[in-house]
Amino acid sequence: MFKNYGLLGIEHLEKEDIEEILDLAFVYKDYINKGIKKLSTLKGKSIVNLFYEPSTRTKNSFELAAKYLGANVINFTTQGSSVQKGEILKDTVITLTAMGIDAVVIRHNMSGTPMYLKKYINLPIINAGDGMHEHPTQALLDMMTVKEYKGTLKGLKVAIIGDIVHSRVAKSNIIGFSKMGSKVYIAGPCTLVPEIAKKFGAIVKNNVEEAVEGADVVMGLRLQLERQKKNLFPSTGEYAKYYGINSKVLNLAKQDALLLHPGPVNREIELTSEVMDGEKSYIREQVTNGVAIRMAVLNLLLGGKEYEKVI
Amino acid sequence: MKKLFKNARVIDPSQGIDDILDILIEGEKIAGIGKNLTSFDAEVEDLTGKIITPGLIDMHVHFREPGFEKKEDIKTGMLAAARGGFTAVACMPNTNPPLDNPYLIKYVIDRAKEYDLIKLYPIGCVTKGRMGIELSEIGKMSEQGAVAFSDDGSPIGNSALMKRALLYAKGFDKVIIDHCEDPALSEGGQINEGYMSFKLGLTGIPASAEEIMVARDVILAKETKSKVHIAHISTKGSVEIIRRAKELGVNVTCEVTPHHLILTEDEVEGYNPLAKVNPPLRTSEDVEALIEGLKDGTIDCITSDHAPHTKEEKEMEFEYAPFGISGIETSLGLILDKIVKKGVISLSQMVEKMSLNPAKILNIDGGTLKQGSFADITIIDPYIEWTVKKEEFLSKGKNTPFDGYKLRGKAIRTIVKGKEVYKEVHHESLVGPGRRFDL
Repeated sequence: MFKNYGLLGIEHLEKEDIEEILDLAFVYKDYINKGIKKLSTLKGKSIVNLFYEPSTRTKNSFELAAKYLGANVINFTTQGSSVQKGEILKDTVITLTAMGIDAVVIRHNMSGTPMYLKKYINLPIINAGDGMHEHPTQALLDMMTVKEYKGTLKGLKVAIIGDIVHSRVAKSNIIGFSKMGSKVYIAGPCTLVPEIAKKFGAIVKNNVEEAVEGADVVMGLRLQLERQKKNLFPSTGEYAKYYGINSKVLNLAKQDALLLHPGPVNREIELTSEVMDGEKSYIREQVTNGVAIRMAVLNLLLGGKEYEKVI
Repeated sequence: MKKLFKNARVIDPSQGIDDILDILIEGEKIAGIGKNLTSFDAEVEDLTGKIITPGLIDMHVHFREPGFEKKEDIKTGMLAAARGGFTAVACMPNTNPPLDNPYLIKYVIDRAKEYDLIKLYPIGCVTKGRMGIELSEIGKMSEQGAVAFSDDGSPIGNSALMKRALLYAKGFDKVIIDHCEDPALSEGGQINEGYMSFKLGLTGIPASAEEIMVARDVILAKETKSKVHIAHISTKGSVEIIRRAKELGVNVTCEVTPHHLILTEDEVEGYNPLAKVNPPLRTSEDVEALIEGLKDGTIDCITSDHAPHTKEEKEMEFEYAPFGISGIETSLGLILDKIVKKGVISLSQMVEKMSLNPAKILNIDGGTLKQGSFADITIIDPYIEWTVKKEEFLSKGKNTPFDGYKLRGKAIRTIVKGKEVYKEVHHESLVGPGRRFDL
């Protein structure tokens, strides 16, 4: 059903939807690897990238994905736009819609913004990260990376470590991996790991070692350094000592475990450079898969029948 | 000018009455109440099947004037109140400028007098500018007609200042009404802290933010032997603290809103700004505790916390949308249908909580149908089935999460000092006597 609607969160996807997206993304990954980077699937479609928050990888990844599929892309940043003149979000998007765009990709610092827009415009909306709510394409590319190297998601132990409560990546991954039959363990400072996450299928641990032990996947999260000012943890040094992922912690995971991180990484805080650049790190693969996932999502939302031709 | 209402079910807990009786109104006053009253020169009306109660009093409303007339003004607020069945309201002082001095109290009273609708009682600020730093002129404001004091919208964060306010107001026999919220715990909060706040990625307002302040207030009321009224309680813990405080003899009263009695945080699903309210909608466990508190008398009053906002404000992104529900036109209907009809409380208890107790707490006229008192009367038709339609609100604020609710029972006439200020002109459907339900 998401095909006629948009991708607002992993929450709204069925297991079959996720499988369909991943399957198509693997096809696109193959295309990219073969150097086929100019398709006509979305020829004549226009997509606007609305980024109200800084982003390197997500924004460029969406732009490349749209361009590989042959779509026109407008990059909208708040600087130099009517937003600076006080235009409200709803009016900005209605204006853009009037210019004939076909889909909106939105990144916003406030939770719920994609759903908010959906109330006012009848176009597919793709959530590229909203506040502390969800970041569905990130979770999809994480699931793709794990599936690529593990063959399946079912029965895997996935440990997500860090600031769970403020992380849209963690939330989308908890929901997504749980839907696909993985067991998700979460850990971090108790000020940043909400007990209530168990209602979403996560298993809450108070220390990192227990969460990581025997894991197939270990995922670090970016620590927002301003959280320290709110006394959610005493210092980055203490954070790194007890909640950072180093080789000692990583060795508790399975021998062939994957280390993931949505980036950008605070080196020597949530990950040591040793593990980040080590052989278990699949952080670069995540980025590559991000383009393929976004191609798949855009195609499924906008491509109509063209999709079958690709497969 | 005399009026004789015959055969209504008269409910007046101040006299322990719940019976089919007649009421004679002479001018502004109630001239008689009893069986088979007659009068040779009165206009007689048969109210069989209707209910007469003392005029309802909503002791917690925001009429926004001065300063926020786009949201509501004194006239539209009073019209909405009359439509809701209320003959009197107490207005919170978080206006712009805030009602923190006797001149503004007088201004609001004078504005209300221009319209000759319902009775309007201003509440003054506890602190100058609602800043929580210096006490405002409680004595002078009382003399001008302020009936209570509150910094509503904000708590009185400084405990020493709260203690002084309680002590000082005692000298003028006035109650302090506190909006209980520990600002450090609720900072940045949008909705209840719990399942929904994590799911939607919104900063939560924990139950502790309210309960810590409720506990503090009852402790201070005990120590100072003063009276305190806790506004809009929303959590199970608050009910428990107040219940215990009352057992210990502390002079504490409290109120609850219809929305906290009926809705849970689930209402916020999909980022619904109409369900964004402070204190936030809580969990079903809290709702059950509030209902229990209503039943056993821990909760003294039902108030709407009528908080009108413009459409534009409520249509902003969730985090920008202001807190509040426009509630004065749905309050009685919701309580009749969702609380009284379900047998949680009796009609008589409802009248206590929506008329008698607010009159006692604020020490104002009303809450009774005793012979010789002002003829402030609400006439309720308990059988009317109606649908909440926000576009029909007389309030400027159409911000309600109850739009489309089908309810049974509402006020059909509102009479203030013998004068009819509201009369229902069209009924959606009148239900015959064959479909009675027991109230």
